[in-house]
Amino acid sequence: MSQHTEQQVAQPAGRPAAPPLATPPATGVQRLTLSRAINAGLRRALETDPKVLLMGEDIGALGGVFRVTDGLQKDFGSDRVVDTPLAESGIVGTAIGLAMRGYRPVCEIQFDGFIFPAFDQITTQLAKIHYRSRGRLTLPVVIRVPYGGGIGAIEHHSESPEVLFAHTPGLRVITPATPADAFVMIQQAVASPDPVLFFEPKGRYWDKGDVDLGITATADDVASMDRARVARAGTDVTVAAYGASVATALRAAEAAAADGVSVEVVDLRSVSPLDAETLVASVRRTGRCVVVHEAPVFYGTGGEIAARVTEECFFHLQAPVLRVGGFHTPYPVNKIEHDYLPGVDRVLDAVDRAMSF
Amino acid sequence: MSTPAPDVDLVQLLTPAGELREHPEYSPRIAHLDAGDLRGMYRDMVLVRAFDNEATSLQRQGELGLWAQSLGQEAAQIGSGRALAPQDYVFPSYREHGVAHTRGVDLPDILKLFRGVDHGGWDSDALRFHLYTLVIGSHTLHATGYAMGVQRDGLVGTGDPARDTAVVTYFGDGATSQGDVSEALVFAAVANAPLVLFCQNNQWAISEPTSRQSRVPLARRGDGFGVPGVRVDGNDVLASYAVMSEALERARSGGGPTLVEAFTYRMGAHTTSDDPTRYRTSAEDEYWRQRDPIDRLRAYLTSIGELGDDFVAALDAESAELGRRVRTTVRAMGAPSATTMFDHVYATPHATLDAERAWFAEYEASFEPTEQAQALDRADERPTVGEVAL
Repeated sequence: MSQHTEQQVAQPAGRPAAPPLATPPATGVQRLTLSRAINAGLRRALETDPKVLLMGEDIGALGGVFRVTDGLQKDFGSDRVVDTPLAESGIVGTAIGLAMRGYRPVCEIQFDGFIFPAFDQITTQLAKIHYRSRGRLTLPVVIRVPYGGGIGAIEHHSESPEVLFAHTPGLRVITPATPADAFVMIQQAVASPDPVLFFEPKGRYWDKGDVDLGITATADDVASMDRARVARAGTDVTVAAYGASVATALRAAEAAAADGVSVEVVDLRSVSPLDAETLVASVRRTGRCVVVHEAPVFYGTGGEIAARVTEECFFHLQAPVLRVGGFHTPYPVNKIEHDYLPGVDRVLDAVDRAMSF
Repeated sequence: MSTPAPDVDLVQLLTPAGELREHPEYSPRIAHLDAGDLRGMYRDMVLVRAFDNEATSLQRQGELGLWAQSLGQEAAQIGSGRALAPQDYVFPSYREHGVAHTRGVDLPDILKLFRGVDHGGWDSDALRFHLYTLVIGSHTLHATGYAMGVQRDGLVGTGDPARDTAVVTYFGDGATSQGDVSEALVFAAVANAPLVLFCQNNQWAISEPTSRQSRVPLARRGDGFGVPGVRVDGNDVLASYAVMSEALERARSGGGPTLVEAFTYRMGAHTTSDDPTRYRTSAEDEYWRQRDPIDRLRAYLTSIGELGDDFVAALDAESAELGRRVRTTVRAMGAPSATTMFDHVYATPHATLDAERAWFAEYEASFEPTEQAQALDRADERPTVGEVAL
């Protein structure tokens, strides 16, 4: 990762030079929402590498339905911030071809529940072409997916399908929980030579945090996007979470502290690969593990973590690994979604159960 | 029986009997071809058919797990393939052995996939011929995206024939029902991408005739997308060349995408696992055998006195030699080592995969005999009956 410096960007052959940017790249620490942090990260990627393209539905003049790409088409043009036809398979399929031609497409899927028309392209093509070609072809494609619930949306707009992609070899699946991480991790995703599913916790789009805009991620430093981070240190129980559930876990930890229980919160940041090392080190310290995510518990990330923690921490465990998450139901209507989502109380209930063994 | 639908023109320059026919628009596109060029096309078709037949035999001998024949489609593939410029890029389906040959793929390399030693088999970027795609229609979008990249690189409409670049995707009649093919038409049309969508309508998608895929001639499928279409006699190598040349020129000059329907016939089975006798008649086979793409070019070249005995004899020998080389090469294709399954899943390290790779290596190593076990084995060796003096 390098500190950002202004630089001349080479233009692709035969293209007119882009007009100079209206404002120089921002630097310093700013307080931004998570969605603005992603916007800033995308802007930095577009400035840094002329091969970066954004593609998606309504990402141009509108700036995306969540305004994550706000202002980018105005500054980088409609050839680099592309309003695509309304067809998800087409978006990902053409992104694969663009990547084969040397571009670095960043696709926006408008909502989690709309990714399935592209599921075939993502799992049978994007995930496998590097393998099929024995490494000759790399596909640096990023697929941004606003995911998760809690925003009062209608059907198909609140889902958490990350495990379907984590279960597919060849894909990386990452998800930031804070604006600071969002700014850096989106740049790392773009710089990664591998396809990356970048899940954005849409329920946290409006959460604010300090973002160091002096950071520019480069291809030499994409490894750290795979690493979990200890978001809060504790000694009695480890709560592993990612995306929107990290903030929930932190609030639960605060409440537990009032009851004299010390909770360590691990923000996984990456679902594939899974940073088992950081997680196992934490559970060996605390002896207890609770996993929290919005996605259904059945066959989910929590199950994978429970198996790994059991294998690696068997003699350290004071309690079975417990899972808190969505039920084996379709995402319910929004008037009752807060009974479906793993909120602070359900996390605390699991912490209490873990402590009672 | 599947025969040409009457409601769309079929571009044909060489009749099934091998007679040259004038076409006001397309004849000029083959005017520069001399007898040597035509013999080259003939040679390509004969060699590809020899290869195809050899591969079918190798499958029957258990050397290949599966084989998808190109039998009968040689003219559509060689004609269109020979119209390509070196800088053009091709996204094939999985039956384009003839096109592969025109792009410089060494034919035995195609069999790595079917023998099960490689998912790909050639350097696609060097040859500008992408790996075969088995999921029907998926690659048409990759071609479209690639063409959008070519546009962004400023390699369309420069007027420089060495730079202007077209992208071609090959697919079949069955693929036209896939959503991805419709999406490719949408994206290519909207972007005005330098793309040729070359559909080989070989009349059958395994057991389903084209009538199960479309109520309109496939050449018209592009109409609603704003993509012009043309139907060419895919068993006529000259017409396939001419129609493809025109479509490529439109793409390279900035005129946008074209849908070509090459009307041809899958003379063989879908694959070696298929049994066409269950769903089509011998009368239909016979109808198309009369329209064999190789026969008609042979008839034409013979009629103009340009297919000498020496050439035919040399080509026979070359075909036989190709068959021998294919057999030898395929039989020598050994299984890769088991640990290669972990290679190239990702371009950068992935902790979960790396842990599995390490576990597997350790597991494999646990079967390697220790020195002590080897010593015991040696001590265990007893003379066999034959070695005992009787």
